[in-house]
Amino acid sequence: MRSLLRKIGMLFHLRMEKIREINRKYAHPRIVTRRSTGVALFALRLYLIFVVGVLFYKFFSLVL
Amino acid sequence: MNLFSRFYYRLHRIVKTIRLYLVISGPGIIVMLADNDAGGITTYAATGARYGYELIWFLVLLGPIAYFIQEMTVRLGVVTKRGHAEGVFEAFGPFWGWFTLIDLVFMNWLTLITEFIGMTAALSIFKVPPFLTVIMVCGIMTIMVLRGRYWTWEKIAFLFCALNLVYIPAAFIVHPDVSQILRQGMVPHFPGGFSGQLFFFLMANIGTTIAPWMIFFQQSSVVDKGLQEKDIPWGQLDTFIGAIFTVLVAIFCIVVTGTLLKGVDIQSAAEASIMLMSINKYLGTFLAIGLFNAGFLGAICISLASSWAFGEVFGWAHSLNQKVREAPWFYAFYFLTLFSSAAMVLIPGAPLVLITLFVQVIAVTLLPAILVFLILLLNDRSIMGKHANSLFQNVVSITIAGGIIILSTLYVLSVLFPGLFAA
Repeated sequence: MRSLLRKIGMLFHLRMEKIREINRKYAHPRIVTRRSTGVALFALRLYLIFVVGVLFYKFFSLVL
Repeated sequence: MNLFSRFYYRLHRIVKTIRLYLVISGPGIIVMLADNDAGGITTYAATGARYGYELIWFLVLLGPIAYFIQEMTVRLGVVTKRGHAEGVFEAFGPFWGWFTLIDLVFMNWLTLITEFIGMTAALSIFKVPPFLTVIMVCGIMTIMVLRGRYWTWEKIAFLFCALNLVYIPAAFIVHPDVSQILRQGMVPHFPGGFSGQLFFFLMANIGTTIAPWMIFFQQSSVVDKGLQEKDIPWGQLDTFIGAIFTVLVAIFCIVVTGTLLKGVDIQSAAEASIMLMSINKYLGTFLAIGLFNAGFLGAICISLASSWAFGEVFGWAHSLNQKVREAPWFYAFYFLTLFSSAAMVLIPGAPLVLITLFVQVIAVTLLPAILVFLILLLNDRSIMGKHANSLFQNVVSITIAGGIIILSTLYVLSVLFPGLFAA
């Protein structure tokens, strides 16, 4: 049982290490950042905040 | 003799061109026909039953829209030699990368469940129990990928694409009034005025035509197939032909239900098949087979889109040209997605209706992001070089993306708050 847990822990550790490696690999975005790119990404963030907000509102209004 | 040799030369050139197209064709036609998945067929059947031929003009408009979006993925895939998931990570960094990847995989998993719902419902009409349908589908999908070649997978997928055209002969069986179709269907108008219900149907049709998985699938597919820059026009032609077929299938499906079931409120394509069976046995059978095939075609593409995306980002070997030994994680992820979604359909009392609705809601969190990334990437000359978007392409794609973002958001709001557009 303990060895199984250790193996699972090892696998999890390896996956986390891989995720950290991916984060390091893509840490510097390659896209040429122009004004339009910045505006588009900012608008996208606002949009997603709005959508997620609506989803949370709906979820909690159903649950509560 | 001179005339004969000239004729022979021209014929030889045409045959050579067709041969070349047949070699390069695939991703565009498959993705476009797989777009008419179980959810799509249900939407078309319900649209025809509710409004008859009167919304056919809207589907004709959706064809070029789907083409413009998907065509960009061909150029992006060919030039970068990367799938869309990896492209987003590289261009926009880990935050947007993880957001896209996790959202895509979750949404694809839910969509895959809806495909299984469609397939089990279709075969239950022929008294095939759901567990048998699930086992059969998983078996065929396993064999398809384990053949070990992208080419083999693509040709088998083509066979199922051909079966997707079953709605065309079905429409001829019902003997529709062609002049009525042209009069009612081809003139843009809103039947009964613009209402909340009409808006719901229009949005549902948009939702089935442009789906996030399609962008990921076609780009990865183009990379896996190994298309080169010189092949871009062929890839575009492939996508164009696929767009024509997808619109044709949608129109013929609407013609079938619009002719025989107009005014009937149907909830699913399986329900429409049962109703049509009582009118014409062959017609109901055609619709049921078409629904099963649509679900299957959707399933084989969606499951691959997820595995390709994950493989690209995690750096696993992720090609259908590799054996299981060579790409174990790619296939493990493929089978995990496939079997887990199949199992969900067999769980008694699983919230399948809720899942179907949830797919549309999740799609709206992903689709705008994907479209924005696609347009930004296609405008980056350091990445795209001479294949970057032209001014015309930008005007069209930004208009389409803006329209889709606004309308799909309104659609989800109408799903979440049904009374919002009731007036």
